[in-house]
Amino acid sequence: MTASNRKPHDPGRRRLLTGALAAAASVIAPGILLVAPRPAAGRAPGEPVTDRVRWGLLIDTTRCEAGCDHCITACRTEHDWDNAPHSRPDQQAQWIRKLDVHNPETGYTFSLPMMCQHCENPPCADVCPTGASFRRADGIVLVDKHICIGCRYCMIACPYKARSFVHETIGGQKPYSPRGKGTVESCTLCVHRVDAGRLPACVEACTEKAGGAMVFGDLNDPGSEISRTVSRIATTQVRADLGLDPGVLYHGF
Amino acid sequence: MMRLTGGLLLVGLALGAVPVSAGDGVPLPTPARGKGTQCVEPTDTMRRYHMDYLLHQRDETVHRGIRGTKYALKDCVECHATPDPRPEVRALTLYGFCKECHDYAAVSIDCFGCHTPVSASSEGGSQ
Repeated sequence: MTASNRKPHDPGRRRLLTGALAAAASVIAPGILLVAPRPAAGRAPGEPVTDRVRWGLLIDTTRCEAGCDHCITACRTEHDWDNAPHSRPDQQAQWIRKLDVHNPETGYTFSLPMMCQHCENPPCADVCPTGASFRRADGIVLVDKHICIGCRYCMIACPYKARSFVHETIGGQKPYSPRGKGTVESCTLCVHRVDAGRLPACVEACTEKAGGAMVFGDLNDPGSEISRTVSRIATTQVRADLGLDPGVLYHGF
Repeated sequence: MMRLTGGLLLVGLALGAVPVSAGDGVPLPTPARGKGTQCVEPTDTMRRYHMDYLLHQRDETVHRGIRGTKYALKDCVECHATPDPRPEVRALTLYGFCKECHDYAAVSIDCFGCHTPVSASSEGGSQ
């Protein structure tokens, strides 16, 4: 990770604003906090996402065991993306995969999950001819399948090979995760869960069943677990040289 | 006289037949409504404008993350799902409800290429 391509956070300004709001709240009605402390996520119905939040994911590869695929299983179960019986293996959708990395010079071997890196400057969105690939204000990169024409330009542009194309008519979609033939798809950072104030399925599974290698949270909130952790340990963005500023950070290599 | 009798017969058929025949003889659709009693807007408004509501809401939800508002395809499914008319599908789906009117109006929709038409209350039903 280079220092230049990370957006500088200004915790001082945030603290000042929060303090001012809290002061205003206490003046209006002492004892009743009008500006309630915002939970980690969870917005009121009808409220749009804002760029005050930047969702991020920290993956500690020192806790990620080779051969463990609880994150993949959880993702597949959550979104049901493994149901294209007529497609060849290389055509099958793959929202998240495990990579085993080996440094032949030092012999150091580690394992990591790879999925959409939710870039600050997503190349998929840059090349999309219809505007279907886009970055939501809170940093989640999505495909609007209503306007995706299936050209797959984004799949070529993504340096992380994170996107898949649905080649056949599928059924049995989950109500919260619509998928269909002729559109490109990728990790949504479980946007339906995040909007409801829950953790992505992979993070939940890793915490409950595996080594707890994943931390999800708001990178803009200096008090969040992920912000406190990334300020304490060295983190890496994969292909940081491209200047895409991924929201997925890795530790351990 | 023959013409008059024929005319009367037609009128009789039109009055007696359920559903009532339209002028061109194509029967008006009578979709099964499922458990839906009162929709989020008056029935006439929904009949005319449901597509606009859904089109607007889909952009609001996908791009701006606005959820929990009153127009949601998921809620359409939950309220209006009925036993699917296709014999191979054993589940409560929106298929019957949508198909009746859209067939009548010669409108082909592709909502359910991606969105599931299966109601969560028919869990276990195969699609």
